[in-house]
Amino acid sequence: METTHTDARPAAAGGNPWLSRPYLVRKKSRETADTFTLELTPPAEDGGFIFKPGQFNMLYTFGIGEIPISISGDPAKPETLTHTVRAVGAVSRAIAGLKPGSRLGIRGPYGAGWPVTDITGRDVVIIAGGIGLAPLRPAVHYLLAHRGEYGKIILVYGARTPADIVHRKDLEKWRSRFDIEVLVTVDRATGDWQGNVGVVTTFIGGLRFDPSSCAALVCGPEIMMRFTVMGLRERQVADNSIFISMERNMKCGVGLCGHCQVGPSFVCKDGPVYRLTDMKDVFIKREM
Amino acid sequence: MPVDTSPEKAIYVLETGDFQTLLDAVMERGHSIFGPVLRDGAITYDALHRDTDLPLGWNDRQQAGSYRLVKTKRKTFFAYAVGPHSWKKFLHPPSDMLCAAQRIDDRFSINEPDREHPRRAFLGVRSCELHALAIHDKIFTDGPFINEAYRRRRQDILIIAVNCSHPSETCFCTSLQTGPRATGGFDLALTEVLTSGNHHFIIETGSAAGAELCARLPVRKAARTDIEAAEKVTSAAAKKIRRSLNTEELRETLDQKFSDPHWGQIADRCLACGNCTMVCPTCFCSTVEDTTTLTGEHAERRLKWDSCFTAEFSYIHGGSIRSSTLSRYRQWLTHKLAYWFDQFGMCGCVGCGRCITWCPAGIDLTEETRKLQEKKFVIRRTNGR
Repeated sequence: METTHTDARPAAAGGNPWLSRPYLVRKKSRETADTFTLELTPPAEDGGFIFKPGQFNMLYTFGIGEIPISISGDPAKPETLTHTVRAVGAVSRAIAGLKPGSRLGIRGPYGAGWPVTDITGRDVVIIAGGIGLAPLRPAVHYLLAHRGEYGKIILVYGARTPADIVHRKDLEKWRSRFDIEVLVTVDRATGDWQGNVGVVTTFIGGLRFDPSSCAALVCGPEIMMRFTVMGLRERQVADNSIFISMERNMKCGVGLCGHCQVGPSFVCKDGPVYRLTDMKDVFIKREM
Repeated sequence: MPVDTSPEKAIYVLETGDFQTLLDAVMERGHSIFGPVLRDGAITYDALHRDTDLPLGWNDRQQAGSYRLVKTKRKTFFAYAVGPHSWKKFLHPPSDMLCAAQRIDDRFSINEPDREHPRRAFLGVRSCELHALAIHDKIFTDGPFINEAYRRRRQDILIIAVNCSHPSETCFCTSLQTGPRATGGFDLALTEVLTSGNHHFIIETGSAAGAELCARLPVRKAARTDIEAAEKVTSAAAKKIRRSLNTEELRETLDQKFSDPHWGQIADRCLACGNCTMVCPTCFCSTVEDTTTLTGEHAERRLKWDSCFTAEFSYIHGGSIRSSTLSRYRQWLTHKLAYWFDQFGMCGCVGCGRCITWCPAGIDLTEETRKLQEKKFVIRRTNGR
């Protein structure tokens, strides 16, 4: 695999990999009806950690359980840990119910992130669907902080309806910049939506970038990624320039529990970000 | 892992009447002994202290989907193949405490449990099981992240292997070069030799600890004829093994047969009960179970064996990735026989035959794999991508 791998965290490696540390919920903001962004402060003796865009943590709510969630904050500000969570299951609902001042167990960061340092000099096309923007948000922060090192930067973001758009403030801020092209679309327009309507894939054909020297970073529902990959291939983007972030059931996050296995790899430690050439079977083989 | 590989190899003879001296010497060294005992109509692994705790005189009859015990008049010690248990139940227990959490108001602390550090001896470990142990060692202790509880339990294990004399009908270790004779990874290896008038053990040392033990036993140096008699036992056992698994290009074949209709024919019989994953000595998948006390102040997280045959195993928001029995059987088989090579550089099967014996539908992975291998396949070429 050519994707960047995380260095094992000294604190986690060697010891009990299942031990998490209680982080303080400092701020909680609502993204949509069921999605929240939490800002967390590490315990005093911990001091936070450096992470790579695209990495994830295991989030533990007391007595309920643990789930893998991508880090959605700015990698240049590791003192604050940011996670964006959609309340869909027992644990994520419990997380959504946390109030500022309560504690959330954290262990990580785990997995391979977006290859931001390997794609310098190229155009970067970021395609996100729904809450798939959350794992890409650290990458956007990183790219903009190192803006001079990349060619064009294009962000295509699709949500089901205007009410499902996450990280709205960031999108507005990025759209006001001249060094990143931001295209937001919804599957179904509601209310006074004046913007684009249509799934993200319908816009790939019209994007202006250099397919021979680009990197595409894609995250969203698997079906959306599948069609996005088809659209990118039509634009002659090579598979080894396409990166996808996978979601699978994870219990340990460190390659010991077996749940996230997809063919030859474990998504938690070999992914979640994959170069498409290493994970293309998943779009061909059903129930792999 | 605990075995010192540098000692001089020595071979001794121990009379069966003196077998208790071996157990005593092991216990004097501070090890509690676990080995084969009769329980619930099967030969299982549990604590034992006396040689009479062993299933003396018992044979087993195993077939696809069938396990029966037969009592004989001979006072044999190890005249049976592996039962439903494997050593993973001691090293990677079916339920294992990971951590505990205590809540005080809106804060909570997470504490690591006190780790047991038992000094155990495993008696009667078969060659296939030694290979299974080596596989778990690789999985749990060879990565950037390790299963610390496993490592601690594993480090001081004294292993007394037994070379197989009575392989079952479901065994196929010979085709995987994992038996029937133990070639390494033990402290002592025994061969039970029973000829007319003679009944004794040939003991081979495999470590300094093993040599030290032998020095305390009423043994005699093995003569050439003793060693030949022991070799005859394992070579005769090897000849009895009928089933086989051909691993040549198996990884590629299974990868290419992903969409083969034969998977559907297996799924028609598979009950997705997960028995095969429970009895398999190399299956290592686990889940985590969270519990709280009624007051809600104390929470525990326990690691539990999981099976890729359940719907929950691959559940993510929106549904299970593998919703059909077909996909779950395929996942199990291809992980063990194909992708294990990518992940751990070895085959995930050791040929012990447990999954065949304990499958209530009698599904035989050697037979199913052969059927997949025999079918012609077409290599799909993609345009260079």
